[in-house]
Amino acid sequence: MADTGKLLFAKTHEWLRVEGNIGYVGITDHAQKEITDVVFVELPKVGKEVSKEGEAAVVESVKAAFSIYAPVSGRVIKANDAVEKDPSIVNKSPYDDGWFFAIEMKDPEETASLMSLKDYEEFIKSGAH
Amino acid sequence: MKYSPHTSKDKEQMLEAIGAASEEELFSAIPSDLRLGKVDLPDGISEMELKRSVMEMAGDNYSTNKLISFLGGGAYEHYIPQAVESIISRGEFLTAYTPYQAEASQGTLQSIYEYQSLICELTGMDVANASMYDGASSLAEAALLAVRDTGRKQVVYPASLHPEYKQVLKTYMEGIKVEFIEIPHAAGIYDTEVLERQISDGTACVIAQNPNFFGCIEDCSAIGQICHSKGAIFIACVNPLSLGLLSSPGEYGADIAVGEGQPLGIPLSYGGPYLGFFAVKEKYMRKIPGRVVGMTRDSEGKPGFVLTLQAREQHIRREKATSNICSNEGLMALAATVYLSLIGKKGLKEIARQNLLKSHYLAVQISKLGGFEPVFNTPFFNEFVVKCGRDPEKIISDLLKHGIIGGLPLGRFYPDMRNCMSICVTETKSRADLDKFVEVLGKH
Amino acid sequence: MEKLIFETGSEGRNGCSLPKLDVPDAAESSFIPGNLLRRKEALLPEVSELDCIRHFTRLSRLNYSVDTNFYPLGSCTMKYNPRINEKIASLPQFSALHPYQPESSVQGMLKLLYDTEQMLCRICGMDAFTLQPAAGAHGELTGMLIARAYHVSKGDPRKKVLIPDSAHGTNPASAALCGYEVVTVKSGPDGRIDIGALKDAAGQDVAVMMLTNPNTLGLFEKDIKKIADIIHGSGALLYLDGANMNALAGVSRPGDMGFDICHVNLHKTFSTPHGGGGPGSGPVGVKAALADYLPAPRIKIKRNKFTLDSDCKKSIGKVKAFYGNIGVVIKAYCYIRSLGGEGLRDAAFEAVLNANYLKAKLRGNYTPAFDGEPCMHEFVLTGKDKKPMGVRTLDIAKRLLDYGYYAPTIYFPLIVEEAIMIEPTETESKQTLDAFADVMIKIAGEAASDPSLVTSAPHTTPVRRLDEVAAARELNLRWKKTGA
Repeated sequence: MADTGKLLFAKTHEWLRVEGNIGYVGITDHAQKEITDVVFVELPKVGKEVSKEGEAAVVESVKAAFSIYAPVSGRVIKANDAVEKDPSIVNKSPYDDGWFFAIEMKDPEETASLMSLKDYEEFIKSGAH
Repeated sequence: MKYSPHTSKDKEQMLEAIGAASEEELFSAIPSDLRLGKVDLPDGISEMELKRSVMEMAGDNYSTNKLISFLGGGAYEHYIPQAVESIISRGEFLTAYTPYQAEASQGTLQSIYEYQSLICELTGMDVANASMYDGASSLAEAALLAVRDTGRKQVVYPASLHPEYKQVLKTYMEGIKVEFIEIPHAAGIYDTEVLERQISDGTACVIAQNPNFFGCIEDCSAIGQICHSKGAIFIACVNPLSLGLLSSPGEYGADIAVGEGQPLGIPLSYGGPYLGFFAVKEKYMRKIPGRVVGMTRDSEGKPGFVLTLQAREQHIRREKATSNICSNEGLMALAATVYLSLIGKKGLKEIARQNLLKSHYLAVQISKLGGFEPVFNTPFFNEFVVKCGRDPEKIISDLLKHGIIGGLPLGRFYPDMRNCMSICVTETKSRADLDKFVEVLGKH
Repeated sequence: MEKLIFETGSEGRNGCSLPKLDVPDAAESSFIPGNLLRRKEALLPEVSELDCIRHFTRLSRLNYSVDTNFYPLGSCTMKYNPRINEKIASLPQFSALHPYQPESSVQGMLKLLYDTEQMLCRICGMDAFTLQPAAGAHGELTGMLIARAYHVSKGDPRKKVLIPDSAHGTNPASAALCGYEVVTVKSGPDGRIDIGALKDAAGQDVAVMMLTNPNTLGLFEKDIKKIADIIHGSGALLYLDGANMNALAGVSRPGDMGFDICHVNLHKTFSTPHGGGGPGSGPVGVKAALADYLPAPRIKIKRNKFTLDSDCKKSIGKVKAFYGNIGVVIKAYCYIRSLGGEGLRDAAFEAVLNANYLKAKLRGNYTPAFDGEPCMHEFVLTGKDKKPMGVRTLDIAKRLLDYGYYAPTIYFPLIVEEAIMIEPTETESKQTLDAFADVMIKIAGEAASDPSLVTSAPHTTPVRRLDEVAAARELNLRWKKTGA
């Protein structure tokens, strides 16, 4: 079980797990609940350049499609095929097996503007979407 | 004639329930200077008067029922079994709407699923959508898909592509910076040498039409190979009835198959409503425009059908949708489904054979006449082009006096073919019709 | 579920007959090289005509339709489809006309089309019409392309299209297809366009504003002239999505309101049938200054004869290979002639009357999203007050099916939470509306006293609630032959 305490969070409900200069990205438990059953995840191609707050992936439910934004800039070095094969993993394990992609971070300083778990939980409570 | 049932008593009671003094009050939000006193149109008429009036207008129409027609060019006269009309005129199909409430629309949904399956079988592709407006717009959407998916800007098509389709392609892509490359024809078909030279890493797609506008049959395997050698998407635009005989897009490696479904049980109707079909290899499944029906189970485990892959569509993705299409050609897709079910596996082949044999018989007879010469010495399906000794437009108008629509003069589409016309023969022409045509043509 | 048509019938069966071949027979390979011929045959069904009729007749009986059920789908105008119009459109004098026939042989057809364009001009207050687009969305694309051509010809292409947040999804999709950037304009608390927000959004880089009027909440944009002034003031064009013309036809004209381009939906306002998803028809009307950009060909009168004029140098081109969904246009022509000017106006009045009546009857048990003034031909309820009982709009919709009603439009427009959009149309009687209101009230009662009855609906339809998640996760989009 991932230690959510070590994750950083974006206002758009993505989480970032930093390992050296690689950042793993997924969506939060709050997000997967809002989206309801995930039926498809469109992952970025490995090698793609993404910029902070730029659209990097798309999550589809039956009734809607949601853009997933990169929390930091960099180059996509890994994409989690497992969620493409079985999208329900995103609902069942949003912080662990349900990760989407990994970025080789261009500028680690960008993480400074992300929220801690505590701040993110406050953010959700305050009703901001 | 009015179709609303209200009596003045009904209206009184309803206004009372609403708490309004008059119907006028209900329109209070519309500024008075925008309110019409009366629309500038004649008064309404009874059903009897309507019929009489329209029948009079109809008297100035001479249809292919009365005239022997040899017109093709993207709209084909094939025999439509009566059962097709009987099914599509059933109110339960005719007056239903888009099957959003799946539990109340299983009839429509299952028939669309069957339609999708039939298009896949015909074209040899993996997935088909529930229909597009017509062959031309279907082709345009295929090109859009290719440009978006590859990120490339070049769209390659042949000179022998239906001229109206070329126009629709260009109109649809007006808002995007696309480079069009037209490949000339050699003896009526794709000049593959030129294609090889023109295609590049910037080519998003190569379009082939089979049979093409001249009626000639293309070697799509060769075209497909050249296309894929540069990583471009191969789009085949095909006549579905010809697929009873000709190689299918799936067999020659097309990535997308589109075309005009009108030959499948849909009347000529002066140009519409028709039916665009759109089918792809599995790889492009999530990129296709339009509606798609899938099979699933209900809460009791019984099989049923629903609209699926909806997250691509306009009502959800809005400006990011794969297309803007909403209403498509549902009833026409049903007509095609019934038609293909009636003619069946053997019927499709039989009808295609009769088209082939009758058109070839006519071509031989015409070429024996002085003053008419086949233009292309290439295999064709049910249409061929002849060069005429005199202005084809004049020939057409002379033939009309004999109750024959002779063919399609090509000068308006290809300025260097002003003395040519395209002649189409389907299974609807008897030998007597063909012989009469030759006889009359011989006198002109 | 009915067996699939592929699972019906048996090998060798055939449902139609061809005359015997009366020209010399030959193998196809004598005309076409083997490598161009089909290798693997298409596995089409093999059924008799009776098999076929029975299969599709039984399928049809699984449907709800206007002919069998009240169909209050908001924004779709599911009115009665007159049968005389079907008959006329199917006459061979119309249905057997080839689009490339010499003009002298189709004068009656061209007259009908020309007259239809003229009638639509008068109804909409426009100067020219095209019948080419095959549906509303197709008309929107056509309209956007016309706007684009206009601005380009002025040397100022512009980048943006303004669209209200309440708009139908086809609006931004059509604008995006045309290469425009979509800017959403917020609605105010009264459900209408927020004029302040509009003033902020308007500017020299805006090409068009797309508006639906009455809007998707069923409210007439009272400030339409002000909106037109703001848009025109910056040199932009104003486009009407005419999906809601059923409230306006014969009552007020888009051209007078300041719209430069509009589309109408023949399969909504003008009574042509919906066909389970088409064919529709979306004619586009324009003011004189834009007429040259309309798709080609245009129907003209030259020397007392109707002719198709393809010499349209400024035309945007074509959006369809031929002239339009003519079979559909014929039905609309018949409808307009049947009703006449006064009949159209009466139909609009009665559509609005029906909607207001139904709203009044439901008000006690459901919450209108906007109230305090009459609605036009449709209104929106919000189902959010049922949420605390665990019942959502989706559940109410499914429960309605059990009572034999097709559900209203749900979850649209997006700006209303748990939206239920109801459009009765003028062809429904007071009795039908009363019965529907009674059922809606009953369901509201069920939501309070026995919510699981509603959340597990439908119970009596041919299938129970279908698993859309499974459908999207395990895609099964076609029949495949099993076994060999």
